[in-house]
Amino acid sequence: MIYSLVVLAGPATDVPRRALRFAQALLSRGHSLRRVFFLDDGVQCGLATAVPAQDELNQLDEWRKLTHKTQTELVVCISSALRRGVLDGPEAERHERLATTLDAAFSIGGLGLLVEAATDSERLITFGGRR
Amino acid sequence: MAAQRKLLFLLRHSPYASSLARSAVDSCLAAAAFEQEVSVLFMGEGVLQLLPGQDGDAIGTRTLSKIIASFELYDINQIYADARALSAHGLNAGLLPPGIEVVSDQGIRSCLAEADHVLGF
Repeated sequence: MIYSLVVLAGPATDVPRRALRFAQALLSRGHSLRRVFFLDDGVQCGLATAVPAQDELNQLDEWRKLTHKTQTELVVCISSALRRGVLDGPEAERHERLATTLDAAFSIGGLGLLVEAATDSERLITFGGRR
Repeated sequence: MAAQRKLLFLLRHSPYASSLARSAVDSCLAAAAFEQEVSVLFMGEGVLQLLPGQDGDAIGTRTLSKIIASFELYDINQIYADARALSAHGLNAGLLPPGIEVVSDQGIRSCLAEADHVLGF
């Protein structure tokens, strides 16, 4: 079955870690993961400049491994990303900011890619909504 | 984009405490703009997004209820509010903007059952 995930909260919460575990579990059962769309605070998952504590899971590494292994697209929502200083090269240049802060495993895109994840996947699972 | 899907958005965040309410509303508009069949269900604190007299300017942000009022222009016509949440927040259905259907638990179950995908904000 084709899955996509939506992540609404950043690495300071347990939300992305749960999404990662879910992704790994579905892949291990032979399903495919088309896209992970990061929205709102979720875009902070793509920050290349974050420095995780040494005794904690390096989530960025886990996302990198995931996309490396499966070609799953990791997309951060552009409007959420710009507000939070999560910028790829072109956006940093366009807005005259000092640095690129988005990790190379991720790309920036509009909400249309969230909608497309919904139309092109059999399951769309949201992480980090109200519990 | 492949097919048209029935997308149900659950809006459960109060309008101004975080950016999640706005992100959810923007996602609804995007889905409608990409010609999906969108339904929206306000639940929990999300019903506060429907309160009249909101003024985002006063706190330097967009007025969420004005964006919600534009749903109709995007052909989002299936808009629901959870009766139980309205009553928990002391809101009278008469306060709600036009075009919003108040639903019971049974109505919520139908919304969930009819959707191809549920986006839970």
